[in-house]
Amino acid sequence: MNATSFRESVFLVAGREITQRLRSKSFVISTLILFAIVLGSILISGFISRANADSTAPIAGVGAAIAELETLPGVEVVEAATIAEAEQLVRDEEVDAAVVPLDGDSAVPFEVIGFDEAPGGLVTALSITPEVRLLEEPGLPFGLLYLVAFGFGIVFFLSAVTFGGTIAQSVVEEKQTRIVEILLSSISARALLAGKVVGNSILAFGQIIAIAALAALGLVLTGQDVLVTDLGPAVGWFLGFFAIGFVLLAAMYAASASLVSRMEDVGSVLTPVTYLVMIPYFLVIFLFDNALVLTIMSYVPFSAPVGMPMRIFLDQAAWWEPILSLVVLAVSTVIIVALGARIYRNSLLRTGSRVKLGEALKG
Amino acid sequence: MLEIEGVTKRYGDRTAVDDVSFTVGGGRLTGFVGGNGAGKTTTMRIILGVLGADAGEVRLDGSPLGADGRRRFGYMPEERGLYPKMRVHEQLVYLARLRGMRAGEAAERADELIDRLELTERRNDPIEKLSLGNQQRAQIAAALVHAPSFLVLDEPFSGLDPMAVETVLGVLSEFAADGAPVLFSSHQLDVVERLCDDIVVIGDGRILAAGSREELRERNAGSRWELTVDGDLDWVRTATGVEVIEFDGDHVVFDADPAAAQAVLQRATASDAVHRFGRRRPTLTEIFREVVQ
Repeated sequence: MNATSFRESVFLVAGREITQRLRSKSFVISTLILFAIVLGSILISGFISRANADSTAPIAGVGAAIAELETLPGVEVVEAATIAEAEQLVRDEEVDAAVVPLDGDSAVPFEVIGFDEAPGGLVTALSITPEVRLLEEPGLPFGLLYLVAFGFGIVFFLSAVTFGGTIAQSVVEEKQTRIVEILLSSISARALLAGKVVGNSILAFGQIIAIAALAALGLVLTGQDVLVTDLGPAVGWFLGFFAIGFVLLAAMYAASASLVSRMEDVGSVLTPVTYLVMIPYFLVIFLFDNALVLTIMSYVPFSAPVGMPMRIFLDQAAWWEPILSLVVLAVSTVIIVALGARIYRNSLLRTGSRVKLGEALKG
Repeated sequence: MLEIEGVTKRYGDRTAVDDVSFTVGGGRLTGFVGGNGAGKTTTMRIILGVLGADAGEVRLDGSPLGADGRRRFGYMPEERGLYPKMRVHEQLVYLARLRGMRAGEAAERADELIDRLELTERRNDPIEKLSLGNQQRAQIAAALVHAPSFLVLDEPFSGLDPMAVETVLGVLSEFAADGAPVLFSSHQLDVVERLCDDIVVIGDGRILAAGSREELRERNAGSRWELTVDGDLDWVRTATGVEVIEFDGDHVVFDADPAAAQAVLQRATASDAVHRFGRRRPTLTEIFREVVQ
């Protein structure tokens, strides 16, 4: 088969995969639900954090600052004798912040002390904008880190399982209905496999871009624009890693599914691949603050799409690291796709009992 | 002309097809006959390139058959199947385009075949909603939709209702009449005998017999004779060197070497008017039984 007809075949197969998928009601509905969850959870968490910022919180005051604080509505004032005592209250998290008088002739006679982040509500509430002094280096809040780790993890996991499962089903459907023989007499197994991978990758990638866009929209709507800039590079790399990483997984899903001939057997034959996508998901959720685990994850092909963007978000990765990891991922993808295509080609016409992996590789 | 030469396929220790050679001539219907597991399906899959052969070659008009040549084949696998959730017309167009037909032409051809196979009302129904008979018709349409120049059909009649059998027969003859080589396998030896110009018999992965139908019958005629006269033939029972197989007053079937048979004929012409004398040519079923054993 010449190159043009190979490309045309891939294009035709991919087109069929996409239209059949978009025509399936369950796919459309579950996608809409997923979008609603993404947008909804960002909007709700945004509103909750804003509501928290507005609520009354104890603030420590020293000397002349006490009188100033008492003019503010909804502020519970804790009196402290000295600046040192006020700082200690902040460190002990007894109070959210402290307001202390400044010596000398500065324009603003007060200073606001926060622990590791500026108490935004308080700063804006004061009639004159005071200086803010933080007791600790500012860091990203744990909750936000968790959310980002969870976000990358769940999006990768869900897309891999959803679209990997779709590929697996489509492979077994062709085997089970025996149409695969007609297909193989028209186009090569390679073209058939490539078409399936391309079609489902386009769908998966489209869904992920839509999720990223919805997330950005949600953040802007809830006034957390800052996060969009913070997350931008990490999300960009995530998309790149996902595009290649999904092809790798798709080849594994297709090859695994080709070993069986009945829909009922798909679940068991996919178990190993499912573990491979589940492990990075749990690792990133539970161990995202462990730099060593994250570093290893960011180079292992199966977890790199989650691990590397997380490290980029945390500013842990040198500029060359994502590039190196991407190369590792691309090389392993090429190898796995070649192996997968071999298994796929050798198993397609073997119906009946499950084909042994060794036999499928040998041909 | 399609030539299969020295094709061998092994699965582990088992040789499914062993040094198989035969030709399928243009404009001729060739029947491919053999028991279960004889190697028919494997051979057909190799012709279509669905399976790779361990040795041997398939040639089309003298040059090795490649993927582009194979796209001009119409193929109906033994195990039938179409996408259950795809609509009839859409599915036919898809299959035609996979074989390189342009979209517009494919749509036209699909509609033509749908009308011809009386599926017009089912045009936009998913395959799974069709009755079994209609699914078979759709299957036939799938093998023909890309206007193939060659046909390879594995058991095209199995599972067909009588109406559909007639339709397929019509289509096959039409194809052969247009000069296309047509190869089909069948268990129904009577159909093969009625329809085929050439016959290939395969058993245990080897070609046991191949040639035109008449040639095969002639070659396998052996030493069985048939005699019909205007009188009583009771005397044949006792003639020397003759073993009577069938006897019915004025009609006898017997085994004998040519000399003994000539002696019987001479005696018959001497006493009665001979209506018929000749070698008894076996039916395909008999040949099949003979060569397979």
